Amino acid sequence: MNMKKTAYPYVIWMIIFTVVPLLLVMYYAFTTGDGLELSSFEFSLDSFKRFFTPIYMKVLLRSIQLAFISTIACLVLGYPIAYIISKEKPRKRNTMILMFVIPMWMNFLLRTYAWLTLLGKNGLINYIVTKLGFQPLNIIYNDTAVLLGMVYNFLPFMVLPIFSTLTKMDKGLIEASEDLGANKLTTFMKVVFPLSLPGVITGITMVFIPAVSTFVISNLLGGNKTNLIGNLVEQQFRYTGDWHFGSSMSIILMVLILITMGLTSKFDKEKDGGGRGLW
Amino acid sequence: MKKQRISILLVLLIILTTVVTGCGEKKPSINVYNWGDYIDREILEDFEKEYGIKVKYDTFATNEDLYVKIKQGGSSFDVIFPSDYMIERMIREDLLTKIDKANIPNLTKVEDRFLNLAYDPNNEYSVPYMWGTVGILYNKSMISEKIDGWEDLWNEKYKGQIFMLDSQRDTLAVALKKLGYSMNTRNTDELEAAKVELIKQKPLVDAYLGDEIKDAMVSGDGAIAVVWSGDAVEMMRQNSDLEYVIPKEGTNLWFDAMVIPKSAKNKEGAEAFINFLSRPDIAAKNAEYIGYSIPIPEGVNMLSNELKDNPVAYPTDEEMGDVEIFKDPMDIIQVYDRIWTEIKSEE
Repeated sequence: MNMKKTAYPYVIWMIIFTVVPLLLVMYYAFTTGDGLELSSFEFSLDSFKRFFTPIYMKVLLRSIQLAFISTIACLVLGYPIAYIISKEKPRKRNTMILMFVIPMWMNFLLRTYAWLTLLGKNGLINYIVTKLGFQPLNIIYNDTAVLLGMVYNFLPFMVLPIFSTLTKMDKGLIEASEDLGANKLTTFMKVVFPLSLPGVITGITMVFIPAVSTFVISNLLGGNKTNLIGNLVEQQFRYTGDWHFGSSMSIILMVLILITMGLTSKFDKEKDGGGRGLW
Repeated sequence: MKKQRISILLVLLIILTTVVTGCGEKKPSINVYNWGDYIDREILEDFEKEYGIKVKYDTFATNEDLYVKIKQGGSSFDVIFPSDYMIERMIREDLLTKIDKANIPNLTKVEDRFLNLAYDPNNEYSVPYMWGTVGILYNKSMISEKIDGWEDLWNEKYKGQIFMLDSQRDTLAVALKKLGYSMNTRNTDELEAAKVELIKQKPLVDAYLGDEIKDAMVSGDGAIAVVWSGDAVEMMRQNSDLEYVIPKEGTNLWFDAMVIPKSAKNKEGAEAFINFLSRPDIAAKNAEYIGYSIPIPEGVNMLSNELKDNPVAYPTDEEMGDVEIFKDPMDIIQVYDRIWTEIKSEE
C-alpha cells in the first residue's frame, strides 16, 4: 500500500459511510431479534429462507424483468441519440447535451410526479388523445407507466457514457476504414460500435442498477400495486420495521448487481483488453 | 505537503463549526410529526407568534411509518399524532411519556365520549385531535347504482376505477368486514381469508394510494374509493358529484390523538402546542380547513353551518351504525405484517 497521506480523509470517509453500513446490513441480514440491542440478536437464516419462497421470488423476477426491458429500451433509444449528437459540430453538440442534462437539474421526485399528471386518466396525454377522437389510453398505475418512468429517468445515464466514448474516439480510425473501402455501415459495425462498447457497458450498468432497485417509480407510477424488490425492502424498513428481512433482501439485491457487473465487465475486457470502461 | 495538510484541517474546521453552530439555536423549538395534509399551516404561525416557540413540522403517511420512525430512534419528535391502536401499542412498548394535565387546561374542553377510551384508559398519555369514520366515496356521475356496502368494491363493473388505501390496517379491515369478521380479529384463518379477498380484488383496483386519493377522486380519475371521513368532507367540497357512505357491514371509528414520545426534548413546548391545538377557536379554524371532525363541542359550535351540520363529519350514532375501534394486535402483529406484505407482493 503506497497511499499518500492526503488519501486518509477519504479512507476514513469510506469506512464510516460505506464499510460500516455494509457490515451492519450484513449483520442484520444474518440475524433475528426484536428491538434495538445489536448484541441481543441471534444468528439465523430465517429471512433468507422466507425470501426464497415463490411469492418473493416472483417479485424478484418481475424486478429483473422490468429492469431488463427498460435497459434495452434505453439502449435502443439512447445509442442513436448519442451517435447523432456526437456527429454534430462541437458548439451544437454541447447545446444538445446540455438540453439533455437540464431536466436532471430538477429533483427526480418532482419529475416523476409530473409524469402522474401527464399519464393520468384525465391527464394531458389522454386529453389530447380523446380530443383527437380516440379512446383514452390506460397508461397509469401499471407496468407501462413504470417502464415509461424508468426509461425517462435513466435515459441520460445511457446517453452520456456512450456519447463520451464516441466523441473521444480517434477519427483517424474511421477515415482509415473508409480509405480501405469499407462503406458506412461496415465502418460502423466493425470500427465505431466496437470502440464504443465501453460506453455501452457503462450505460447498461448505470441504467440497470437503479432500475432494478427503484421503489419510487413503482410507488408513484405503479400505484403501489406493482411491487418490485425495492418496494419490498422499503416496506420492511419503513412500515413493518423488520430490518432483518429488509437487510437480507438488500444483500440478495447487492449480490445480483455484483453478478451483473461482473458479467458486463468480463465482456468488456474480452473486447478491448480491459480497463477502458468509464468506471 | 504541509500546505495540503493545513487546507484539509481548514476544511474540517469549517465543517465542524457549521455543524456545531447549526445545533445551538437560541429560540426554543419543537419538532412536530403529523399526518400529511392534516393541519392548517397558518396555525403553526399563530402558535409561533403567541408562544415564541418555533415549530419544525414534518409529515408521515401511515401509523406504521410513524411507529418505525419512533421505535428505531435517531430522530427526536416532541409531538406526534398516532391513531388509537398505535397509541395503545406505543404505551405498551413504553415509547410515550405521560402528559402533565395541569399544562393542558383545554383537555377539559374535550367531550366526555372522546376521553378515557380503551387505548388510553385515563388519558394519561394522549389528547384527542381528530376523529372520524372510514367509508366509501363514489362519484355519482360515474356510478348510477346504489352503493351501500364494502362488497361494492369487489364489483367487476368498476374495474380500474377503484382506489384502495395504501394502509395495512384500514385495507385489511375492509376485507374483514366484508367477510363479516371483526377488524380486530386474532384468528389467523380469518386474516388469511381476508388476504385471499384482497388478492382477488387486486386486478380491479386501479391503485393503492394515500393522500393522492384526494386529487384522483376530485379530478374524476377514479369512480369509487375507500377514504377517511374528513378527507371525504374536503373532497365533496371540491366536487359535488361525490358522495360518502358508511357501509352497512359496519366500519371503523377512529381517533387520532396528540402524544409526546419518550425521546422528546422540549416537553413543555410540546404541552403548550397540544393545549393550543385543543383551544376551541384554534380547533375550529383547523377543522374548517382540513375537514376532519374535532372532539371539542365548543369548537364545533364555532364552525360554519355547512360543516357543523354535515353528516359526513358529525354523524349521529344511528348514521354511524355498527362501528369498531381498532385494537393493538400485540403478539400477532407479525401475522398482520406478513399478510400485508404478501398482498402487496401478489400480482
